[in-house]
Amino acid sequence: MSQIGSFALLLALGLSAYSFLAGLVALFGHDASSARLGETARRAGIATFAAVLLAGIVLVVTAFNDDFSIAYIFHHSNRDLPAAYKFAVLWSGQEGSLLFWSLLLAGYGFVLRLRYKTDQRLFAYASVIIASVQVFFLLILNFAAHPFAIMQGALPADGSGLNPLLQYPEMVIHPPMLYLGYVGFTVPFAFALGALIMKYPGEKWIQITRRWTMVTWCFLTVGVFLGAHWAYAVLGWGGYWGWDPVENASLMPWLTGTAFLHSVMMQEKRGMLKVWNMSLIFATFLLSMLGTFLTRSGVISSVHAFAQSSIGTWFLVFIGLTLAVCTFFLVANRSHLKSEHKLESLVSRESSFLFNNLLLLVVCFTILWGTFFPILSEFVQGHKVTVGPPFFNRVAVPVALLLLLLTAVGPLLAWRKTSVESLKRNFLFPAIGSVAVGGMMILFGVRPWEDPSYFYATMAAVLSALVIFTVVSEFLRGGRVIAGKSGQNLFAAMAHLCHRNTRRYGGYIVHFGVALVVIGILGTPFNKEVEKEMGFGDKISLGPYTLVCQSYTQDDNPNYGNEWAIINVFRGGKQITTMYPERRFYKASQQPQTLPRIYPSFREDLFLVTDVYLVYEGKNETTGRPIIKAHLNPLVPWIWIGLIIMVFGTIVALVPNAAVVQVAATTPVRAPAHVGAGD
Amino acid sequence: MKFSIVSQRRISVRGCLQAAALALAVVVFMGAGDDSARFKDLGHRMMCTCGCGQVLLECNHVGCQSSDKMRNQLLAALDKGGSNSDDLILQGFVQEYGPTVIAAPTATGFNRVAWIMPFVALALGITFVIYVVRSWKNRPAPALADGILIPRGSELDEFRQKARKETDL
Repeated sequence: MSQIGSFALLLALGLSAYSFLAGLVALFGHDASSARLGETARRAGIATFAAVLLAGIVLVVTAFNDDFSIAYIFHHSNRDLPAAYKFAVLWSGQEGSLLFWSLLLAGYGFVLRLRYKTDQRLFAYASVIIASVQVFFLLILNFAAHPFAIMQGALPADGSGLNPLLQYPEMVIHPPMLYLGYVGFTVPFAFALGALIMKYPGEKWIQITRRWTMVTWCFLTVGVFLGAHWAYAVLGWGGYWGWDPVENASLMPWLTGTAFLHSVMMQEKRGMLKVWNMSLIFATFLLSMLGTFLTRSGVISSVHAFAQSSIGTWFLVFIGLTLAVCTFFLVANRSHLKSEHKLESLVSRESSFLFNNLLLLVVCFTILWGTFFPILSEFVQGHKVTVGPPFFNRVAVPVALLLLLLTAVGPLLAWRKTSVESLKRNFLFPAIGSVAVGGMMILFGVRPWEDPSYFYATMAAVLSALVIFTVVSEFLRGGRVIAGKSGQNLFAAMAHLCHRNTRRYGGYIVHFGVALVVIGILGTPFNKEVEKEMGFGDKISLGPYTLVCQSYTQDDNPNYGNEWAIINVFRGGKQITTMYPERRFYKASQQPQTLPRIYPSFREDLFLVTDVYLVYEGKNETTGRPIIKAHLNPLVPWIWIGLIIMVFGTIVALVPNAAVVQVAATTPVRAPAHVGAGD
Repeated sequence: MKFSIVSQRRISVRGCLQAAALALAVVVFMGAGDDSARFKDLGHRMMCTCGCGQVLLECNHVGCQSSDKMRNQLLAALDKGGSNSDDLILQGFVQEYGPTVIAAPTATGFNRVAWIMPFVALALGITFVIYVVRSWKNRPAPALADGILIPRGSELDEFRQKARKETDL
């Protein structure tokens, strides 16, 4: 089997190299033979997908066949590994995940090359650029990180197993989502660079890539949040974000991608920021590559260091080359990107987008700076320093709060100019509501002046409320108008409103989700925890909950042995659930792993929902009793609800508008009129 | 009279700046000074050295040898009393575990650059955006063909009202 896989990878490299070179040559010609050559390049690109897919299938089949003659399978699987994790072997380690990356890129390229008739010339450029990235990954796979490398020496009877931290259901879904996001940004990047090189007239390339970008952004968002949820549910410390370099690496392209999604509207509506948008999408692609470099190079210590190797150099060279090419064409073709920048007012949607971009990039820069500062410190001072959560919380959080303020204010500003009257009309009630939320927090005992974390939590609550109230008021205002005219009920009218301008209202829904995520995060300063050795019937009081140890026991299966406690959870004297915090010992890898149990209290308290989070810390060897650490994490479930709403909002924004409202102009007006906020 | 208005404005601007600086100082320096608060504060300013990449007080890995030992060391250092300042305690940990035990760069020497740069970037960015917005706003409108007039003032308001009516959902 390994020979088939190796052959498929070599074939894929040949095909993608042909697709790149033949496509490149064809771009210079304008005759029929060049067109034929371009067509063969397109077909070679499509065939690359088939070859890489074959390699991927072979790797998964060898995992299911327990073929430990392949070093990668030996290191990342074992006979008793559950089937889902054997399937996930494709992204369990370095070589496999590079193959998976290559497969996704080939898949994106496959779809792109099938849709080439939309704009053959632009698609040909994009196809060549994607082929060049594909060649890079296939070169690594064939010559630096071969997934089908054969084990040396005697054939082992069993594999060394999958890292216990990775044996969690999200292993099956988190990496694919993240990779779909990382890899997906190659498509808008390829279109942008292609449009720049060929001096593509107009903004059509943006319209072509809009859906690609949004889908990719959505995948990356889901990937980042699933990673956070995984850390929360597996690592056993009750936290979801540790500012680890690899976590940071996933956040940076997300931030620049978000900035691009906003600022690209300026180019579509007003023809502004052409250079800026090109730079943003280039930066997003390069930051995606930088994330991969960080994960694999080992230059920065990280808890995700399971994939360190020498291939970091390959990535560094590739990033350098890409940066040089992008910079060259940005400078050489800058005249093509000239645009007429004219603002009527400082208080306008355009200004808000500029500040939104600025703040997103400052947060991105802060994260990049903090991530790489240890290297800089070692270079200058001769020793590394740690740049951990206290740094990021102190520096990035205030900027993020400003960004939240803009999230509330920006969408309600009109293009070109916003009048004072319009500001009052749009913001009076949301502002009163958000201040009331701050007042209520103080009334219920939060003292923002006592601790910086309480201050930030109060500010975040006020600003999140402002976002929510402005979004709700926009829906209500538009819904009422439609309900008044069509006779529909308010909810049907709001759905109708949404369908009329899906991009605008989908965006509002995403902002609503972001506000919920912030609400989930702001509960952190109010976390509580208790640790206790628990015998039969022993109790722990934690906030409104009483935890009673009913029993503790152990079990065994071929993959792992485990110990767990049975804890009944009471609230107000009534049992509400039973939880089973667990500790496993994986046999193949000989490593222990805790599995916390989480109970989100939706039924008891929807708005102040709280996670009861139990960790089986270990066992007192003398008494044999389990040591249980109980956390009370307020509001955390709102983070995951916020994610679902963000995804829903993105899906809404992807739906085509129901109908274009056309109003016949009775008087020809050449100068644009200043109307209310647009999308 | 004009002079006094200007000076009053300056005073009020200065007053606002002073109030903002005071508020910032309150936010930065607020916090209780008792031992449990110091334990919480110092425990969050150090990293666990087991390699988990977590802040000392947030590491609870199964069988983690480092965090328990370090927490006990921190408690012992705090028990020594007021003569053992926060800086002295942190210095003790640095001597034992190396500079990477401190969770964030200190505000000394080259490490200051770590803290300053993001705010420099923010300040430069804001200045640049304000400059760009102002220059775009002050740019003259593109010339129009003869006979076409741009509506202004009340005429523009009329058009605006009309547009609102016609495009109102």
